[in-house]
Amino acid sequence: MYERKSFPYYIFVFLAPAVIIYTIFMVYPLLNSLRMSFYTITDNREVFAGLDNYVKLFTNSNFAPRFFGALKNNFIFFAIHMVVQNSIALMLAALISNEKRRGANFYRTIYFMPTVLSVVIIGFIWNLILNPLWGVSKSILEVVNLGFLFKPWLGLPETALPTVALISVWQFIGIPMILFYAALIAIPEELMEAATVDGATGWGVFWRIKFPLIMPTVGIVSILTFVGNFNAFDLIYTMKGANAGPDFSTDIMGTFFYRTFFGQQLQLGDTSMGSTVAAMMFLIILTGVLLYTFGWQRRVQNIEM
Amino acid sequence: MNTTPHTDSTAYKVRRFLEAAIPQLILLVYSVIALFPIIMIVMNSFKAKKYIFGSPFAMPTPTTFDLIGYETVIERSNFGAFFTNSLIVTLTSLVLTLLIGAMAAFALSEYQFKGNTLLALYLSLGIMIPIRLGTVGILKLMVGLNLVNTLTGLILVYIAQSLPMTIFILSSFMRQVPKELKDAARIDGASEYRIFGLVIPLVRPAIGAIGIFTMIPIWNDLWFPLILAPSQKTATVTLGVQQFLGQFVSDWNAVLASLTLAMIPILIIYLIFSKQMIRSITAGALK
Repeated sequence: MYERKSFPYYIFVFLAPAVIIYTIFMVYPLLNSLRMSFYTITDNREVFAGLDNYVKLFTNSNFAPRFFGALKNNFIFFAIHMVVQNSIALMLAALISNEKRRGANFYRTIYFMPTVLSVVIIGFIWNLILNPLWGVSKSILEVVNLGFLFKPWLGLPETALPTVALISVWQFIGIPMILFYAALIAIPEELMEAATVDGATGWGVFWRIKFPLIMPTVGIVSILTFVGNFNAFDLIYTMKGANAGPDFSTDIMGTFFYRTFFGQQLQLGDTSMGSTVAAMMFLIILTGVLLYTFGWQRRVQNIEM
Repeated sequence: MNTTPHTDSTAYKVRRFLEAAIPQLILLVYSVIALFPIIMIVMNSFKAKKYIFGSPFAMPTPTTFDLIGYETVIERSNFGAFFTNSLIVTLTSLVLTLLIGAMAAFALSEYQFKGNTLLALYLSLGIMIPIRLGTVGILKLMVGLNLVNTLTGLILVYIAQSLPMTIFILSSFMRQVPKELKDAARIDGASEYRIFGLVIPLVRPAIGAIGIFTMIPIWNDLWFPLILAPSQKTATVTLGVQQFLGQFVSDWNAVLASLTLAMIPILIIYLIFSKQMIRSITAGALK
């Protein structure tokens, strides 16, 4: 057997660059942000403030309505992704993964295409398509006799958030689709054959055999959706600006964080309050990740192949 | 006894046909939904303004063809400079992430040392915790290091952002490299660095896939260019296009042309690598 003689300096050489960059540019700033949420800045000096910033966020009339509004909108945003994005993605993946399906490669490639484009591009494309001036949506809808559906979808407070959420669904559906697809084609063929011999139909095979087997992927998709949604910013910033109009109806945690930290119009940027909002986002995401790791992953591990 | 009594009946044939046709129809409809907005933009970017509004669904013809939008973009914006900035940032971050990440993944998968598991866990925290949450701290740090409005600042953040996933996936691939191979090289007197060099080509497919998954979010990112490097000199394509579109919002030709210009490079790269990328996911690279 090979024996190492000298002290393994090479382990240090291999690991040092990654650990150093990751620590300095990710872990340290994150911890520093969390720390700053317990401080206020007076005359350019940090003063320990305990939980004052959090109290301010939850009760001050400048912050509380915006914070709870953004939080509520973010949960709606997430719910739309879970229901619309992930169920359509599951359906498309189920259809493509059938081994007799023609054109599976083509569909896979097309469905993932919007996902690789920048959110800025997607936002502008849809701003143009839903633009009443261009009337693309109007003329299409009239062709199929649905002209009554023509509305300024992005301009009305009650429809703006679902519309932006659906555009985000349109863009990111490729990710859950490909993850479901990978899980579905990994199911051993013999399992399916046995079921078909037993007389199960395609629909029955899917829900009774395939779906329970891809439960681990359902969990991964859900947590990825959760983290992605509570960290979203670009699409709303591009389509509706930092003020997330109309009347803050599309405001989510990401846009609220940006406004709080950098300020907007009459409101001045505030580092401490920005850190506090980021800390709340951290807490929400951490809660989601922990629930997934200890609640979901543990339980479905038993049935994983 | 006849075991397949209905094979020849018309009803059976119709059912067989529908079983294949309905899914195809659904898949085709969704293909249109996925492609239509992109095609609309590209198609209309080559038309004169009158026709963009007059016949938005028609392909450009010799009468309607016009490159005025592209002329405006090239004259009035620094598209070339934005493009260079994006290329520098994306490629440098990508190469360094892959190199540094592969080194760390190799150490974690190859050597049993004290704290190995703990270190692996520490490095994988960043998979689930988005780096954006540390923005206040990152901006403060960049101000302190004098790296605001530099491409270096962006590159460092993107490397830190991409390392956790890269290390996580690469170390799982490196664990599958046969031990005998490395031990044989060691007996021949190869250094550990040489063995690292031997392992890299063996995990090339994984490196390719991670490369794409690292590159796309960096190229497309708006958040960090907006916050760390918003100057005209350092703007990336994503930020540059965002600002350009803001100024030229009523010039439809220019808007459509700049959207097309921003889309095309990433779509070409995607179409070249999509097979490899999708194959690596389905092979379990991202589980």
